[in-house]
Amino acid sequence: MTTLPVMFGYLPLGAAFGILAVDVGIPWWGALTMSLLIYAGAGQFLAVALLANQAGLLEVAIATLMLNSRHLFYGLSLLRPFAGAGWRKPYLIFALTDETYSLLTARANTTGHDHAQAFRLSALNQLWWVSGSLAGVLIGSQMAFDTRGIEFVLTALFIVLTIEQARRLRQWRPFLIALCTALGALVILPERHMLLGAIGAASLILLIQYRLDASLRRHQEAS
Amino acid sequence: MTQTPMSLLCFIAVCALATFMTRVLPFIALSRQADHPLILHLGRYLPPAVMLILVIYAMRDWRPFLNGAVNLTATGGPILLAGLIVAGLQLWRHNALLSIVAGTGAYMSMIQMMD
Repeated sequence: MTTLPVMFGYLPLGAAFGILAVDVGIPWWGALTMSLLIYAGAGQFLAVALLANQAGLLEVAIATLMLNSRHLFYGLSLLRPFAGAGWRKPYLIFALTDETYSLLTARANTTGHDHAQAFRLSALNQLWWVSGSLAGVLIGSQMAFDTRGIEFVLTALFIVLTIEQARRLRQWRPFLIALCTALGALVILPERHMLLGAIGAASLILLIQYRLDASLRRHQEAS
Repeated sequence: MTQTPMSLLCFIAVCALATFMTRVLPFIALSRQADHPLILHLGRYLPPAVMLILVIYAMRDWRPFLNGAVNLTATGGPILLAGLIVAGLQLWRHNALLSIVAGTGAYMSMIQMMD
């Protein structure tokens, strides 16, 4: 049930990837393998562009690392939730997309970590993605039904999750930080670096805030 | 495109490895520090911040102040309206699926009717 919005987002997006991949001459099995082994939305679109331009492997590796480096920050807040997940842990880490991260961190009981549920959620999300790619490969460029605008479903999902986070946390500081870094990054950075820049800056500010709070506490204890 | 199956598989392997690296690195480097207060601090405040950043990122096509005025043109109006529908419904009913389906339906009909 919780992955339904992701389904509506991943099926058309995966299909778009499949259509694009076939369009530049990647065989159907190549497109499916990418959705199975890479499993990153923007990353796979970038990979298709790089393949079409016959980029070198080193260039491919660096571009992919840069584009996906925001994932570094996702792991930070999941160290504890994923601890003790056993054999499920490697897959949980592998399948950590933007959408899966937001669903995992928004789950109602974040104290009792239900790894089986997290695993199901992650696997289901990837299933939508792979199914979408398969549909895209099969359909080619012929779309039977007008899906224009369906990508808004991911925006809507993020809005809902932000509101739920705000209701739970009841603090305005992290949201103010996010607003400043996101708008700042939007103005200063090129679009492909905006997400990394904003998330990196927000992490840095939270780090500084932690240091200030800690030294403030020490100060109060001393006096 | 001149690609042998082997070179395509190599290419995919490099992409897959680079992507997995970005996801697994914090777990390798920081696994012993999971209970450190700083990590707990980030774990508490980073997700809400990232969520709002993702909202703004997803809405980046809507330039809020185009030429100094609120942008209500083809790209701006529908995103703004649909976003308000989602937020309003969510605050009112707390039903995620309802908010998302209604907002997306509204957005799709708005942009499909425009051309």
